[in-house]
Amino acid sequence: MLAEGLRKRFDKNWALDGFDLAVPTGTVCGLLGPNGAGKTTAVRILATLLRLDGGRAEVAGHDVVREAPAVRRQVALNGQQSTVDDVLTGKENLVMWGRLYHLSKRQAETRADELLEQFGLTDAADKRAKQYSGGMRRRLDLASSFVMRPSVLFLDEPTTGLDPRNRGEVWREVKRVVAEGTTVLLTTQYLDEADQLADQIVVMDTGRVAAQGTPDQLKSKLGGDRIEVVVRNADELPVVADVLGPDAEVDPDTFRVSAAVADRVAALTRVTSALAAKGVEAEDIALRRPTLDDVFLAITGHKAVSEVRA
Amino acid sequence: MKYAVVDSWIVAKRDLIHWVREPVRVFANLAYPIISVLIFGLVFGSAMNVFGGGDYIEFLLPGMFGQTIAFGVGSTLMMVSMDADRGVTDRFRASPMSQTGVVAGRSIADLVNSSLELLVLALCGLVIGWSFRDGLLNALLAFALFLWLRFALVWVGIYLGLLVKPEAAQASWMFLFPLTMFANTFVSPELMPGWLRVVAEWNPLSSTVAAARELFGNPGVGGDSWAAQNSLLLAVLWPAVFVAIFWPLSVLKYRNLSR
Repeated sequence: MLAEGLRKRFDKNWALDGFDLAVPTGTVCGLLGPNGAGKTTAVRILATLLRLDGGRAEVAGHDVVREAPAVRRQVALNGQQSTVDDVLTGKENLVMWGRLYHLSKRQAETRADELLEQFGLTDAADKRAKQYSGGMRRRLDLASSFVMRPSVLFLDEPTTGLDPRNRGEVWREVKRVVAEGTTVLLTTQYLDEADQLADQIVVMDTGRVAAQGTPDQLKSKLGGDRIEVVVRNADELPVVADVLGPDAEVDPDTFRVSAAVADRVAALTRVTSALAAKGVEAEDIALRRPTLDDVFLAITGHKAVSEVRA
Repeated sequence: MKYAVVDSWIVAKRDLIHWVREPVRVFANLAYPIISVLIFGLVFGSAMNVFGGGDYIEFLLPGMFGQTIAFGVGSTLMMVSMDADRGVTDRFRASPMSQTGVVAGRSIADLVNSSLELLVLALCGLVIGWSFRDGLLNALLAFALFLWLRFALVWVGIYLGLLVKPEAAQASWMFLFPLTMFANTFVSPELMPGWLRVVAEWNPLSSTVAAARELFGNPGVGGDSWAAQNSLLLAVLWPAVFVAIFWPLSVLKYRNLSR
């Protein structure tokens, strides 16, 4: 999947303003960003649902504009809302999509049975989707995207509104299909979701790529791991700062001193023994790896939307 | 081309399964016209005048058929806007299925559904004293005119459904109801005040209803206006005009979803 300089305008606003993306086959790319950053717009363009105003994009080796029908045969889209039909049974839902993807009736039924099995829905196959739990519906929705074994899957906020257990179930399914070789473009507002699933993360802000890399690369951009020491009284702060080195940051309000470290365990040992030698009794010593939340805050200058809401 | 047929059938089948599995909706849809027939026919009936004379129940039934058909636009509108809102339309569009299939399926399902409503209403009418007097063939022609109007309204419904959210679609009844009353459905336009009479006479629904009355051999046919004199012609033309306007508009709107 490849995008170069994508531009898309809604009225006078550029929803995408020179967006670039390259996702190698068989990997998961997490598209991260606040509401209005252009994540969904990018997905809709790549899934041939929106026309672009500039740039070009290729999905599964086909141009999304000139070869849209060829792209559509290779991709599946799983949007924010469930497209599961409540009145139909689980199996009927899958057979319907199979038929719309132009399988014969028998092929569609065989495929539906396979998918129900794979997604752990065989027991509920003949129940109406109305009776499914949130997680089961989501799995059925995902299953319906896999009718044609797409080479590219677009997942637009797949776990928005699901409880943690159901999110875990969805993540497991996504990992399974990736293991089978599907390329996935995932948009999400949940940083831990991108951390869990993505090989590569692209952080979007105002229609462009603000940063990209593996989750670890992005985190190390923030200076990697930090050691944090909390003391009982303010007098000890300078002593601790001295031990931690010249780039130590002191936060007198919380009695906290922190500094970047290269080697986690060695640093921990060195600091503990140095503090003991100077007679400082620390309240708490911890190694902290920056979270994607930190990355996000550092890159875009504001918190992820999910954080603001919560 | 082959897929256009298969795809439309699959989309239509989805809707028809809905009707079968959720009979409550079918009953709700049928209850209104049936109750109306009873209220207007048996309760108000004796106080109603048919312009030019004749039995009110015989006058009423073609009007009820017309109102049922016109209300159909509300259900098309609702279904289309719900599919668009829930992302089903997007999934259809991102799939290799025939795009004609989506709308053709909608038309088939809606026409089957409306035919069923007409049938039940007609049976109900026959029980309380309605009849068709000019032969079965003419009666079938009259029903064909109703379905022709319904087909035209499918396109109106698709266009409006792509335009508005489901909440707004729900409110469409507020407009549909008076539109079906400012017509010759329940009362002869001759008995209305001047300006309303013109509206009622030229209401496209009136043309179909008047043409049907003629074909059924029911009373209340005629009137001085050109529209009333040429109801059969207009009953064919009005829907054609709707199709000519709303078919391309719907196609354009559907394409512009990608804008």
